[in-house]
Amino acid sequence: MALPNKPKGELLADVNPEVVEMDVDVLIVGGGMAACGTAFEIKKWAPEDLKILLVDKASVERSGAVAQGLSAINTYIGENPIEDYVKMVRNDLMGVVREDLIYDCGRHVDESVKLFEEWGLPIWKKDADGENIDGAKPAKSLREGGTPVRTGKWQIMINGESYKPIVAEPALTALGADNVLERLFIVKLLLDKNKPNQIAGAAGFSTRENKVVVIRCKTAMVACGGAVNIFRPRSTGEGKGRAWYPVWNAGSTYTMCAQVGATLTMMENRITPSRFKDGYVPVGAWFLLFKAKVANGLGEFYAMGDAATEELAKFMPYGGSPVTPTCLRNHLMINELKEGRGPIYMATDVALNAFLDERRDAGMDEKKLKKFWKHLESEAWEDFLDMSVGQAGLWAGTNTEPEKVGSEIMPTEPYMLGSHSGCCGIWCSGPEEDWVPDVQNDSRAHKYKWGYNRMTTVDGLFTSGDGVGASGHKFSSGSHAEGRICAKQMVKFCRDNPDFTPELKQTAQELADEIYAPVRLYSEFVGESTAADVNPNYCKPAGLMMRLMKATDEYGGGVATYYMTSGKLLNMCLDLLQLLREDAAKMAAGDLHELLRCWENYHRIWCVETHIRHIEFREESRYPGFYYRSDFPNVDDENWKCFVNSTFDPETQEWKCEKVEVINLVETDPWL
Amino acid sequence: MPSYVEPAKCDGCKGGDKTACMYICPNDLMVLNVETMLAYNQEPDACWECYSCVKICPQGAIFVRGYDDFVPMGGQVHPMRSSDSIMWTVKFRNGNLKRFKFPIRTTAEGAANAYGAEKGANLDDECLLLEADLPTPK
Repeated sequence: MALPNKPKGELLADVNPEVVEMDVDVLIVGGGMAACGTAFEIKKWAPEDLKILLVDKASVERSGAVAQGLSAINTYIGENPIEDYVKMVRNDLMGVVREDLIYDCGRHVDESVKLFEEWGLPIWKKDADGENIDGAKPAKSLREGGTPVRTGKWQIMINGESYKPIVAEPALTALGADNVLERLFIVKLLLDKNKPNQIAGAAGFSTRENKVVVIRCKTAMVACGGAVNIFRPRSTGEGKGRAWYPVWNAGSTYTMCAQVGATLTMMENRITPSRFKDGYVPVGAWFLLFKAKVANGLGEFYAMGDAATEELAKFMPYGGSPVTPTCLRNHLMINELKEGRGPIYMATDVALNAFLDERRDAGMDEKKLKKFWKHLESEAWEDFLDMSVGQAGLWAGTNTEPEKVGSEIMPTEPYMLGSHSGCCGIWCSGPEEDWVPDVQNDSRAHKYKWGYNRMTTVDGLFTSGDGVGASGHKFSSGSHAEGRICAKQMVKFCRDNPDFTPELKQTAQELADEIYAPVRLYSEFVGESTAADVNPNYCKPAGLMMRLMKATDEYGGGVATYYMTSGKLLNMCLDLLQLLREDAAKMAAGDLHELLRCWENYHRIWCVETHIRHIEFREESRYPGFYYRSDFPNVDDENWKCFVNSTFDPETQEWKCEKVEVINLVETDPWL
Repeated sequence: MPSYVEPAKCDGCKGGDKTACMYICPNDLMVLNVETMLAYNQEPDACWECYSCVKICPQGAIFVRGYDDFVPMGGQVHPMRSSDSIMWTVKFRNGNLKRFKFPIRTTAEGAANAYGAEKGANLDDECLLLEADLPTPK
């Protein structure tokens, strides 16, 4: 029987949700590494009566990008000068970065890593013979001067399956269970009714019961990760979930902050990282720990030849570094693929056997060699099992043994993020210290500091992790450190504004009506066709997401065109996004899970629109290998070695894009 | 690689209003059908295969079957997680087995120091807890 149509999920949505209002001083939106840093740190600075609340759309124990675990911590400064860290990030991100924010992250990050180890995270060490030992074996801690296992200059290896639960635990303990609300999805930030450009609250809904929550606050920190499933992925069936970055990152950070007027920066940046094909496990450990090389279909190690050197010389000074910038590494690979010289293989077999040969040549006997191999094999598999189990599943399903055969690698669909080797995000104040440039300009969109470290251009609104733009390469540890920075600043903000009492422009019921609009639409029209998903009066979030991903893929430089786009195509993309934005108001939800998907997609659409606007504004191709503009195919340092900042005016609903000066704080000669 | 639930092992977390898998899934995928008292993954193509549900299930009732659009059938990767280590069994399509055991934590659950009694010194400088003498760029 076709009718009556039934909602899909187990938790049905009710057209009249309960509406709850709350008042706090400090609101933390998100529960990942950054938010856990804030939660841990803030009680150290807050007076006893300061009311703090953390809300997470998932469970803090396993939320955010580290939910599954990680096999390495990619930012640990250790013995290196922080200036070298700034130089590395600057070069990897093609020269357009906020050096104040990067340096600041670099001077706090190690403290976070030392805390992780103290809390129970096993960190690999070198033993007296220089051999790797796992993090549970007795060894000096980092704080005691223990030697971590460096892979690259900045990375250290960990046994990181439980990285997130370990970091979440002290964060939750510090805050107290009463001050944490899980399964509450914040979908809107709210400005103050009386004080212009001041954050005053946020609104969202429970994914477990029919309840809308409206929270008034004096200050908020928003860290909900980057954006995934915004371009058509290479796997469009079940494997769509096997995104490289966490599939639940829906661009909420950027969209929610932009909508209240926070200036965005470098939204043209994206990342299309080269990963093991389909399983999308990172390649870092294979490149750095196992010294593996990539070969093209002809068996050539193309990235090391004269042709590669010549190609990289077109992008100086960036192409001249010992570690080629991520986008340019991609660029070389894409050239091979476009010329038909695929597939690209990671020679795992060559790399692992080289280790064995080296030991054999040094006179290791067969028994010891066998033991050494067991350890090496275990290290190789742990890399997958700690953070991308699916790749191990793919190897199991295809009978792949890495010591016998290499594995294909492939650049992914585009993602937006600010903490990995990408740098899109929100324009934030640097530390209020003398070494941070004091730019004389009335607009915060041009300044480097305005009183509170990591505060956005909106008073009282902070961000960290993927949220902070133009300062990539913080990864998990740097995101945590940045969250801790925000904690102290928010307490300071509350202290400095004792008389501010937030008042919202909208009533709680008006907000509830807006948030539950998809439920009402479903309820009103569900009977007008015999199939719940096909209805002329509404669309479903699953379909709308496919429509979004098709538009961006085909017109915005996705995998369909090898990341190539142009001004004309970008403007067509913006037209399609305009229609999508209009139709987003017609998304319908029959259950609470579907309502979650509606709002996530609404965030995705906005987020991608900022991305396309920025690429369109920047008349060059700043990140070859991440995207190309056919009409401006070169890196044009003369005209475009600048930030692109954009601001949405919530009053006029208009966007403004502008060029902003890049100021170097660390020496530029030598560049590296 | 979506998770799936074996009906013979799932007990719906004994009628609680919140099952373990539902509690933990970062993407809101695991749900309980209250009529059958069985859990299931409601949106397999949104599953990141993070294994959070597999690791937490008290009955060991949740497994993962490779994404049907690129993983050939027959292989399986399954963990047993304790408070200090995790044991992985990798079964290949051809029947070969590999087992790996890794440490996951060096302290007891609940023992992470939240520094609850500590207070920072000066709200107007940039030092965070346990920090002093912050450097500036040379």
